Amino acid sequence: MTDLKSSAPAATGPETTGHEWDGIAEYNNPLPRWWLYSLYATIVWAFGYWIAFPAWPLVSDHTRGLLGYSSRASVLADVAATKAARAALGQEKLATADLTAIEADPTLLPLALATGKAAFGDNCAACHGTAATGRTGYPNLQDDDWLWGGSLDAIAQTIRVGIRSGHADTRAGEMPAFGRDGILKRDEVETVANYVLSLSGKAFAPSLSLEKGAALFAQNCAACHGEQAKGNPEMGASSLADAVWLYGSAPQEVVATIQGGRKGVMPTWEGRLDAATINSLAVYVHGLGGGK
Amino acid sequence: MAIAQPGLWKRHEFFEKNSILLLIGILIVVAIGGLIEIVPLFYLKSTIEAAAGVRPYTPLELAGRNIYVREGCYLCHSQMVRPMRDEVERYGHFSLAAESMYDHPFQWGSKRTGPDLARVGGKYSDAWHREHLKDPRAVVPGSIMPAYAFLDRPLDAEAIGDDLTANAKLGVPYSPDMILRAQGDLAAQLDPDGTDATFPQRYPGAVLHAPGEKGRASELDALVAYLQVLGTMVDFKLYDDKKNLR
Repeated sequence: MTDLKSSAPAATGPETTGHEWDGIAEYNNPLPRWWLYSLYATIVWAFGYWIAFPAWPLVSDHTRGLLGYSSRASVLADVAATKAARAALGQEKLATADLTAIEADPTLLPLALATGKAAFGDNCAACHGTAATGRTGYPNLQDDDWLWGGSLDAIAQTIRVGIRSGHADTRAGEMPAFGRDGILKRDEVETVANYVLSLSGKAFAPSLSLEKGAALFAQNCAACHGEQAKGNPEMGASSLADAVWLYGSAPQEVVATIQGGRKGVMPTWEGRLDAATINSLAVYVHGLGGGK
Repeated sequence: MAIAQPGLWKRHEFFEKNSILLLIGILIVVAIGGLIEIVPLFYLKSTIEAAAGVRPYTPLELAGRNIYVREGCYLCHSQMVRPMRDEVERYGHFSLAAESMYDHPFQWGSKRTGPDLARVGGKYSDAWHREHLKDPRAVVPGSIMPAYAFLDRPLDAEAIGDDLTANAKLGVPYSPDMILRAQGDLAAQLDPDGTDATFPQRYPGAVLHAPGEKGRASELDALVAYLQVLGTMVDFKLYDDKKNLR
């Protein structure tokens, strides 16, 4: 490249940088003033920011900034502010009040139902369904058949501690694997299954003796499910005399239940949800129609 | 009118005309930003909070994590509850640096086509996870997640000891004993009866899982074990928020 400064274009044209490549010279138009001053302003802003906010790493810590801002303190304050706003609505009472009192209180009930409905959609619907109608292995919460009791307190307790959840006070029934563990022989499993289904008018094999089935039931099942097979909410034993079947009422499904046992799991929600939310959920679920 | 060319400007011309020098110059300038932003994170103690309870993944969880990475779960699921009120309300306590200090690489992600998974551990039952992974729409009708039914196949965990070794080299506190027992520990976590009493000593708080099929570890088992530990290691009742403001 040759320096063409001495032979610059006509004095009337824009300035050039003096660079020239193969006869092409480079204009040296100044930056727009507004752009340049904006750049200077951002540089000044950066210095202010360094002083006001946490910025520079040091040897064992970092500069904290004069404003003392912390993103974690900020979110904790936001959460606290929301809590206070909800307390003003009376949500604090949801955590402490008696559940039956909440249901009877015309100002607390709508709050509990709204809170419960939102929490149900986020936490419970994945298993129990958005309409709480359940599916195989996950109980329907709309009906009045309850494994662990359908009172407000029983529902709240189930939500709190879960079922086979790992919580120290977890609910946990023990439905043994009668067939797999060799307690009953295969034909006995079928006989008792036939008897159990006969209680709701669904006996499937006329060749199997109902009397023998009743005897096997009394020996093996009545301790938990009750002599009338009406279940026992103290032990999470389901009623076998009604039309509600968590794991299906087809003969092979009932046989599979007796053969291998059932160990459904519901997580514990204590710790994940606060007391007000758990109580609201209990009121919401109780109010779905099947509460006792 | 020729413009005034200060001396420094003249030197700039020197860079413009020598591309290798320009390249080196760019590298140095960019490196300054990187050094100041990144290097202090390695020596500042405040980078990772003191949070009791975080332990290295068990061999089964680590195998599940490998599947999580292999299947690209991070492309749709983040593992980072950001410090914002709405996220804390939905997912629980915001994520701590300590909770991913043994993740190599971390799975924070930046895309949420699906929900955040940083605290999914314990939210659903194992059985639910199995059903959901095999056929998401069977349990969540509106889900757009692909089905991962093929994961119900034997887990190839032959190299799990090497995985532990690699992580140990990166600073995860796996002891030689843990590496030696990796295969046995993997099986121990899939024994719900807890016959191996030494397993909980090596991995305190590790939850035992029932395998989908007795006597066979499947990829599904490993992935479920991994999902179930996410976000559960720190007991937030014992964690001091005020001490760890950042």
